[in-house]
Amino acid sequence: MTLVKHELRQGKTSFLIWTISIGFLMAICIFLFPEMKGQMESVNDVFASMGSFTEAFGMDRLNFGTLTGFYAVECGNILGLGGAFYAALCAVTVLSKEEKDKTAEFLLTHPVSRKRIITEKLIAVLIQITAMNLIIYALSVGSIFAIGEDIPWKEISLMNLAYYILQLELAGICFGVSAFLRKGSIGAGLGIATMMYFLNLVANIADVADFLKYITPFGYCEGADIVSDGSLDGTLVAIGAVIGIVGIIIAFVKYTKKDIH
Amino acid sequence: MEAIKTNNLTKYYGKARGITELNLSVEEGEFFGFIGPNGAGKSTTIRTLLGLISPTSGNAEIFGKDIINEKEAILQNVGYLPSEALFYQGMKVKDILKLSADMRKKNCKAEAELLCERLQLDLSRKVDELSFGNRKKVAIVCALQHKPELLVLDEPTGGLDPLMQKEFFDILRERNKEGATVFLSSHVLSEVQRNCTRAAIIRDGRIIACDSVDVLAKTSAKRVTVHGMVNLENLDGVRDRNDMEESVSFLYGGDMDSLLRVLSSGQVKDLTVTEPDLEEVFLHYYEKDGEL
Repeated sequence: MTLVKHELRQGKTSFLIWTISIGFLMAICIFLFPEMKGQMESVNDVFASMGSFTEAFGMDRLNFGTLTGFYAVECGNILGLGGAFYAALCAVTVLSKEEKDKTAEFLLTHPVSRKRIITEKLIAVLIQITAMNLIIYALSVGSIFAIGEDIPWKEISLMNLAYYILQLELAGICFGVSAFLRKGSIGAGLGIATMMYFLNLVANIADVADFLKYITPFGYCEGADIVSDGSLDGTLVAIGAVIGIVGIIIAFVKYTKKDIH
Repeated sequence: MEAIKTNNLTKYYGKARGITELNLSVEEGEFFGFIGPNGAGKSTTIRTLLGLISPTSGNAEIFGKDIINEKEAILQNVGYLPSEALFYQGMKVKDILKLSADMRKKNCKAEAELLCERLQLDLSRKVDELSFGNRKKVAIVCALQHKPELLVLDEPTGGLDPLMQKEFFDILRERNKEGATVFLSSHVLSEVQRNCTRAAIIRDGRIIACDSVDVLAKTSAKRVTVHGMVNLENLDGVRDRNDMEESVSFLYGGDMDSLLRVLSSGQVKDLTVTEPDLEEVFLHYYEKDGEL
């Protein structure tokens, strides 16, 4: 577990910055809720009548005046995008950075097998993503408690769980990509995360593009669906899990044979 | 047993040549030099031996172990000094050394401290603040602290000042005496001449000569530049002669004594005798290509 420890130490700054930023923004949003609740009656009508923009963010099916609806849209977007970016960055750089920073020669001439290096790096990524989600979950619940609202445990937990799964899937994909890259990995990671996010917006707006829900992990993170169904869409999550695992397998296949320069 | 043995080892990067049918044999306990200009395939050979890249064809063994199937077992007993030493940003020297030792599951603290003291390396500095030479020292300690049986050094002295180079080679010779095999890749001929017992010369991905350093050195000439008037007509072993106004420069491969006699019979204002640069040595090996 030497390398897990080493990776965690290397990623500490990035982890703290992302976790604090996302957690802080989520808390601010939640603290704004009591003030906005009173005005929500009228705001709700406005939000509900913005055509495809409304649909894109699922605001046609959510009541903005309730904490659950508010959390699904506001916090959903912060945690959804922020978490996706962090997970993608973390995973897409973890293998490629060794060659980019020219530390591969040091690392790979030690008596540690490539398989072991990949495994330990993957574990480190998963630990960081899991830790971030636990901290943010605690912060969110704490903030809701602090503003004196009833905590909608089931909905909040399900939404956070969905975003956690999304981050794991993205991390799996990006981990696979990372095995191929030497340079430009950060751009690739952010690109993948952003693309997935917009694919979901497109899927929400246009009915003909509904199939995109099966591709993008944001498909099973839709707050409106989670709140109304009271559960996650098992099919979408299963597809996501398969895609993520395929990414990880590709990373192992590629990186164990890769010529290191 | 042979420390290193390659058997038609070949590596192509796509279509670009790395090394071609390389046959190399280094005995256990040898101080072996590996000479060649940049791009000849020195680093490719080393990187293949250490499993960073996989050979296109052929195979190789280190202490009788296959470089692909038994890579981890081999690396446990190898110390590698890369030509360009780079480490993780933000880490201190002692953390790097600890990480390296941990990956070998060994406690090398005492040996690391000893080496750092000899090389005058500050353990508490951050690696990214270090100069090129000091980073090299970190790499040296990483390569030596676990007392490996085989040392693979890729152009080791770049960046080290002369005093440190001397200290470094002192350490290498001590290790060699204790039984370690040293494989020294270099383009500095004198470095190999001074330290190695045997050497191989690589060019365009092929070994073009492999012999004891004494034999190789005899075939390698000196570059002599004389200012003044000398008569070189009766001197054997003069090649690549350049006559300028009041001075002459030539490659000399003949008997030193005859050269001195010729020089002393002339009028010499100034004289330099230097190692020929590698290009000249290789030119020499080209000329003899047929005979080799």
